[in-house]
Amino acid sequence: EGGHGPYQPHEPGYGLDQPGYSPYEDEIPDPQARMLAIKNAKAYLLKTSTKSGLNLYDHFANILTKILDEQPTNTVDIIENISKDVKWAQFRKKMDTLRDEPLISPTFEAAEKCKALFIKEGGEEDREDVEEEMGQPALPNVMETAFYFEQAGIGLSKDESYYIFLAFKNLIKTQPIQTCRFWGKILGLEMNYIIAEVQLREGEEQEETGEEGDETIVEGQKEMGEAEEEDEQKEKEPEPPKSTYKPPPEIPKEANGTGTNKYVYFVCNEPGKPWMKLPPVTPAQIVCARQIKKFFTGRLDAPVVSFPPFPGNEANYLRAQIARISAGTHVSPTGFYQFPEDEEEEEGADTYEENPEFEPPPVAEMVESLATWAHHVKGILKQGRCVWINPAQKSEENEDEDEEEEEEEEDEQQEERGPPLLTLISEDEGMKNIPAWTAQASTDLIPEYSVAILQSNRWPGAYAFASGRKFENIYFGWGHKYSPEYHTPALPPPAEAEFPSGPGITEAVDPTVEEEMAFKAAQEEALAEDEEEEDEEGEDD
Amino acid sequence: MEALALPAALGLVAGGGAGLSPEHRAALGASLPLVQRDYRFERVWFWGCIQGVRGAYYIAEGLGPDRAAPRSRLYSLNCLDWSLLTPATKEVLALAEQVKGRFQGDPSFEYNLAEINAEAAERLVQSGKEPVMKEEARLIATIEEIDRAVGIIPRGAFVKTPLGSVHENRHFEGLSLAEAKKLSSYFHFTEPVNLKNKTLLEKADLDPSTDFLDSLEHDIPQGSWSIQLEKGGTVVLLRSLLWLGLTFYHVPMTKQFGYIYFGNGEKNLDLPFML
Repeated sequence: EGGHGPYQPHEPGYGLDQPGYSPYEDEIPDPQARMLAIKNAKAYLLKTSTKSGLNLYDHFANILTKILDEQPTNTVDIIENISKDVKWAQFRKKMDTLRDEPLISPTFEAAEKCKALFIKEGGEEDREDVEEEMGQPALPNVMETAFYFEQAGIGLSKDESYYIFLAFKNLIKTQPIQTCRFWGKILGLEMNYIIAEVQLREGEEQEETGEEGDETIVEGQKEMGEAEEEDEQKEKEPEPPKSTYKPPPEIPKEANGTGTNKYVYFVCNEPGKPWMKLPPVTPAQIVCARQIKKFFTGRLDAPVVSFPPFPGNEANYLRAQIARISAGTHVSPTGFYQFPEDEEEEEGADTYEENPEFEPPPVAEMVESLATWAHHVKGILKQGRCVWINPAQKSEENEDEDEEEEEEEEDEQQEERGPPLLTLISEDEGMKNIPAWTAQASTDLIPEYSVAILQSNRWPGAYAFASGRKFENIYFGWGHKYSPEYHTPALPPPAEAEFPSGPGITEAVDPTVEEEMAFKAAQEEALAEDEEEEDEEGEDD
Repeated sequence: MEALALPAALGLVAGGGAGLSPEHRAALGASLPLVQRDYRFERVWFWGCIQGVRGAYYIAEGLGPDRAAPRSRLYSLNCLDWSLLTPATKEVLALAEQVKGRFQGDPSFEYNLAEINAEAAERLVQSGKEPVMKEEARLIATIEEIDRAVGIIPRGAFVKTPLGSVHENRHFEGLSLAEAKKLSSYFHFTEPVNLKNKTLLEKADLDPSTDFLDSLEHDIPQGSWSIQLEKGGTVVLLRSLLWLGLTFYHVPMTKQFGYIYFGNGEKNLDLPFML
């Protein structure tokens, strides 16, 4: 209004453009008309363009939204560009031909796996059938064990224990298992291992795919092979001296179900991941594992780079360490297990059964004296087995390997005897001034309900508890033995003497010229004498 | 770790199998606030537990207004009665490094110095004292060494004011999952050693308020930390391989973090052979 500019005071109409002084002021504006005017204006703005299908109202709304969202500087100068951009955006296709894959966060994946553990499969009838077949429930009560160990401050969080419990349930469903037990957890660099100790039902054990090749291929063996080939060919040239090295005969592993292979072990990285079976352990692997000290990475197929070279990959190393830990630290209250009475008590007795007349000693006594605990796993001999075997006997059978009988040359190996099966742990030697075991009660304040806890000092991380008739062993740790000295890796063996000494290759000083001349002269003399003798004999005839 | 966060935190570090019994947890809940009151600490951290052959030492640390100042350390045999430990001196540190073997569990146990270090033994004899080293001194030295070597915090958790004192950063919202997997996001919570060796270009990228400590990237030997994500990334756990038993936990995108030591108190000098 006031399109004629500000009126000067002397002009008529001065002041009429101020609000409240317009000539129509006395007329009250009709609110209805005002509303109608607004509606008309809005309808005009909403009119869609015949060309582009947009309408001004929406376009202004979008522009203002964009401006308020982005709050650019100097908006008024770039308003036209903003308007153009908004119009442009109408026509951009929002869908790419490639659809974005939603990023699956690993958190959610893991949560899915854990949730899968909770699914109850199968109907009620299946469960009843299974219970009738087996007398004992095979599923170990992981939570109960966790409770007792928690009294000593050992163990995983309750959530993790429960996941492990459910994972065991899965394991039992998928594998033919007679008994199983939570053995423990071994930590690794990238992932950890949760280990189950299992006894498979008889007759269900599968044959191992025979891959027991000589991992410890030594050069001597190769040379022997080459020498054999050369023998077959006709000897035209003097052959190089044969190596007299014979690799020590491979000590056979113990049969499944006995000794170090008494139990089968399944591992998984986390509850929810599939269980993998560990191969049985060979004595060579145990012997080598005693000499090396390596962290586990968490992947079963990882190579173990060490010296002496470990015959196997991480799965074998893990199995060997599990065998050593079990043999060293699995204990039970004395008297809980006994030898079956009908069998003769040999030193190689491998079986034991529960003693129905076992009276558990009170907790205080179990803590005081270590004689109340006994090993129930046979110790591993230096050979790497629980039962000694004479390797010389084996070589008689393998005639293809031996060409000649070399039994006499082999050192007579001493028969090794280990401690018998149910030895008391009070006979375990300590290291320096540290006893092999530390016994404690879980609480001093409430002795009625305390639990006797045993910690191994030789294998830090191995624990055992006993409370009344219940007892259990478990391992939480990195999987290495404690040694008071620092680990010194084995030195490489001394260099092999290459050739056996013989006249053909022993060095001798070359004869000097005088010696050669003298020798020649002597030879000629000897020839001359012979000729004379022959002439004489010839003349006689 | 923060004494107040102890119950939740113990659940997170339990992956290693070591923890506290319910009795000790309850005792700590009662005794640590009293320690804070008696010694007038601003913060109390439960440092961890060193297992001896016959008993265990439970250690707590108290922090004053400057969190980077030398911390006061206390030990207890039963999580109830706490005794203050004297600060570590250089001689004690040097001697303790040569003592090998497990802790006995008895603070008054005496190590015969003549076997360990004949010179130090002689010096002590000359000054009229017995050539022994008490286990308490060894304990002090071990805790100091562990803190110096492997006590870590996430980047950004603490902030250095222009006056030089260090406080918690109230704006720290946690590391993101990607950052949490990298070693460079964690710092040693002690006097920095490598910081001055950085080139000028590197220093230009640093933020002096948060990057005033050494990161873990250049720790020797490489690979002496094991980083694991548990539960698909809800918790990131760092375990030291040099001092076996030290576990650091952090829940990404939250303020929760801390470290705790459950172990023998022995340095793992076999580490280079084991990697």
